[in-house]
Amino acid sequence: MSLAHDDHLDAPTLTGPGPSLAGVEDFVALLKPRVMSLVIFTALVGLVAAPGGLHPVLGAIALLCVAVGAGASGALNMWWDADIDAVMTRTQNRPIPAGRVAPGEALGFGLLLSGVSVMLLGLATNWLAGGLLAFTIFFYVVVYTMWLKRWTPQNIVIGGLAGALPPMIGWAAATGTVGLESATLVAIIFMWTPPHFWALALIKSEDYARAGVPMLPVVAGEDETRWQILLYSLALAPLGVLPAAIGLGGWAYLTLSSVAGLAFVGFAWRVYRLREGVPARRAAGKLFAYSLFYLTALFATILIEKSFGVAALTAPFDGWM
Amino acid sequence: MAEEDGVRLTTEQQRQRRRRNVAIAWALGALVVLFWLVTIFKLGGNVLNRPL
Repeated sequence: MSLAHDDHLDAPTLTGPGPSLAGVEDFVALLKPRVMSLVIFTALVGLVAAPGGLHPVLGAIALLCVAVGAGASGALNMWWDADIDAVMTRTQNRPIPAGRVAPGEALGFGLLLSGVSVMLLGLATNWLAGGLLAFTIFFYVVVYTMWLKRWTPQNIVIGGLAGALPPMIGWAAATGTVGLESATLVAIIFMWTPPHFWALALIKSEDYARAGVPMLPVVAGEDETRWQILLYSLALAPLGVLPAAIGLGGWAYLTLSSVAGLAFVGFAWRVYRLREGVPARRAAGKLFAYSLFYLTALFATILIEKSFGVAALTAPFDGWM
Repeated sequence: MAEEDGVRLTTEQQRQRRRRNVAIAWALGALVVLFWLVTIFKLGGNVLNRPL
């Protein structure tokens, strides 16, 4: 179907001026709504787990700001990565490579939302939270997207910090500080990110190779990636239990995080052992899916325990700590 | 100048532009409400603490 009815209007191009073809849904897609949902959820857990309390309305506005800031990062990421998105099957239908949104529109959209979300979060809560959100956007867009992603196979290890920070933003919004507790939540997501993304990269390594993105399976090979996944999983499992030891979780959290951590290592072990054909791909796919469940389950348990006022395991020792 | 000079939007482009404009209007309205809410809830009970 042609959108040009006569020769007054050239076919739309990515770079040329002309009427925009972008629909509202294309701008929504620029926000990466699925990524945003995990960011909102982990920020909510940081907000609820924090001592003291933020007024629910201000808390909701803080979450909205974190969501919009995450969306802005997604838009700026798509603006910068439009060239590699165009050659990867997973991303070639995104609004910019598909020609529905011009790069300049995505850039302006991302910058505007970044500014608004940081300012509003600072005004609604405090400037530590606003500063952390600004740092998160900067880290994701400049450090990860522009620098690390095309340069080193450690891209998602270091860049994962951006995705790990939302609970700390939530905590800072509620308390005005960043404590050991929020740092632990950040560390869990930080350690979870490599096995999560490398499991996907094992399945999509041809895609990344075609785009020239130095993901670990492309640069170091699949066997090394499987080994690294296992190492990170072994580090993640005990780290996942740590919140129970620092006053963030009760018995339910201790039990669930222990069992779920062991299962995580089990899935990673299968990825390490099964290296050929369909079973290998299936094992990687299962680890990817399970990793999403794992993180959601851990954070949901903290959320539920805190919401219902369940005593932390460390409660009897509160006077000593 | 002939009427057909310049860019003429297709019906689809006009529809998309209208939808974008409506979305921007909603976003601006939401921003106004958000700033109002932030002001009210940051002030809290201090709203009443003033000379009458």
